[in-house]
Amino acid sequence: MTEKNATARIEGPLRALRIGVMAMLALCAAAADAQLNIEIRRGVARPVPIAVVPFGWQGSGPAPFDIAELVATDLANSGRFEPLPPSDMIARPTEPVQVNFQDWRVSDVDVLVIGRLVQSGPDDYTAHFQLFDVLRGQQLLGFRLTSSGEDLRATAHRIADMVFEELTGIQGVFGTQIAYISEQRNAAGVARYQLIVADADGANAQVIADSPQPLMSPAWSPDGRRLAYVSFEGNQSAIYVQTLRTGTRQRVSAREGINGAPAFSPDGRRLALTLSRDGNLDVYTLDITNQVLRQLTNSPAIDTEPAWAPDGESIYFTSDRSGGPQIYNVSSEGGRAERVTFEGSYNSRPRVSPDGEQLAVVHQNQGNFRIAVVDPDNGLTQVLSNGQQDESPSYAPNGAVLIYATRENGKGVLASVSSDGLIQQRIASGEGDVREPAWSPFPRP
Amino acid sequence: MVRSSVMLTCILGALALAGCGGRSNTLPDYESGAEGGGAAEGADTRGADGRGIGVFEEEGAAGGQQALLDQLIVYFEYDQSEVPAQYNEMLAAHGRYLSSNPEARIRLEGHADERGSREYNIGLGERRSQAVRRILMLQGASAEQLSTVSYGEERPAALGSDEEAYSLNRRVEIVYRQ
Repeated sequence: MTEKNATARIEGPLRALRIGVMAMLALCAAAADAQLNIEIRRGVARPVPIAVVPFGWQGSGPAPFDIAELVATDLANSGRFEPLPPSDMIARPTEPVQVNFQDWRVSDVDVLVIGRLVQSGPDDYTAHFQLFDVLRGQQLLGFRLTSSGEDLRATAHRIADMVFEELTGIQGVFGTQIAYISEQRNAAGVARYQLIVADADGANAQVIADSPQPLMSPAWSPDGRRLAYVSFEGNQSAIYVQTLRTGTRQRVSAREGINGAPAFSPDGRRLALTLSRDGNLDVYTLDITNQVLRQLTNSPAIDTEPAWAPDGESIYFTSDRSGGPQIYNVSSEGGRAERVTFEGSYNSRPRVSPDGEQLAVVHQNQGNFRIAVVDPDNGLTQVLSNGQQDESPSYAPNGAVLIYATRENGKGVLASVSSDGLIQQRIASGEGDVREPAWSPFPRP
Repeated sequence: MVRSSVMLTCILGALALAGCGGRSNTLPDYESGAEGGGAAEGADTRGADGRGIGVFEEEGAAGGQQALLDQLIVYFEYDQSEVPAQYNEMLAAHGRYLSSNPEARIRLEGHADERGSREYNIGLGERRSQAVRRILMLQGASAEQLSTVSYGEERPAALGSDEEAYSLNRRVEIVYRQ
């Protein structure tokens, strides 16, 4: 990580601006110290027993990657599957002709994954796999995926996604990513803030931005290529949009007062955001290409935390115009806002499910802050989490899981819960606090 | 550390000597100077015209003024942005200082405790810094002397998830800029 090399190239219509060394922002991606680990706290009552047999290997030297192990880990992490440990396997088929279904029936396995990795060039690999229904003795899937050595991990996630979707009917999210904020304090108590992007299983954590001043509110562009976030470098809040592949970033809003809570429109052209004039927070939209600003709310209350409906027609946001924070909905062209939440005295920071049918919010419940889902049509509220300070819910792109931030033993950690509340996980990091998780969209081919 | 004692020396005029040691945290000096509310009150009534502060004051009163200017944090009640009355004298002193020193600049940094959502807490911190800003302007500070920023719950003064930490974190910090 080149901390000294803190010059960021700012693109776009704003005048070119150099971020001084003072800001100490290292924008090149660097491996993060904090690795996330997933731990299942509660799964479905009867997870599907599955066997993922270690893949065969045809190539020079040892196999470059254990695909079967990662596929099994992904499926186990979903809370919906219970993989058979390889040590308990009484057979190790790698080709369909080697499969004897009776071997797996006696092991109480319902579904079976086998495969082999074949080296076809110095850095070219082909992964073959088949998925079988053991009870019926039928093949359900059979595919061949080619990749470089570096992409074998992604290939394993892709296989897990295909198996997961075939068996559950839900698109898998093992190949997606999570952005989050990490805060670490040194021995002198000096804080360091990092924006990190990691694979959904916590691997490949990369530092996207690094600052001695707070970073917050990461938000993905719909194509998954850019992140918007808030940085307090220079003791003032500003919103940046950073392209992940190149590390270049654009300062899109550094107006007097607050620049906060960015959210990309579904078409990726606009940001909803919070600005303040004379200290009063309102929600605006900003066209990123031509800088046209439109004010959506105009109340003396705190209006903030905008979230787009998937159709781009309306925006949900938090407002305390009624006294305490509640969720409201307003047309993305502006106009009169309608109140959406009525249960409880505190509902804030909405996120809309990918199908637009549900809102995830921070909901105060008997003195605790918890993640709840709300039906925007009737305000019906269901509490999903059970912590004391749960916040920042973010839907997986398949809508089946939510990731959120919570505190455990005085530390900020991430957790996830299925949108029906049945499956719960803790995702801990090694050091410091992690928070504000934002789940990426599905990767674009 | 941010406000120069040279400047203080100027306004304290004849009492420059009393002001000189001023910026250090040698509490005993101030305690003797700020004994009771009386000295500070005296400063209060004379501050209105914003001129000649301290010239007619007793040495002890100048110490009191100094002590008030050394107070740089306003604490708030839970979910409140109203400035508690106990800070009236302190903010009056800062207002007068700014009024008498038009070149002085301060930043008001608003903060919230960690409960609730983060961007909403940015709003709460902003409300608090605006409340302090209004009071300072009533005391004679001008708009261009005052900037605000809200850190919400992002920069807690005290770590921990208990009422003691929360009460230390709901605050506005006055930062004198060079």
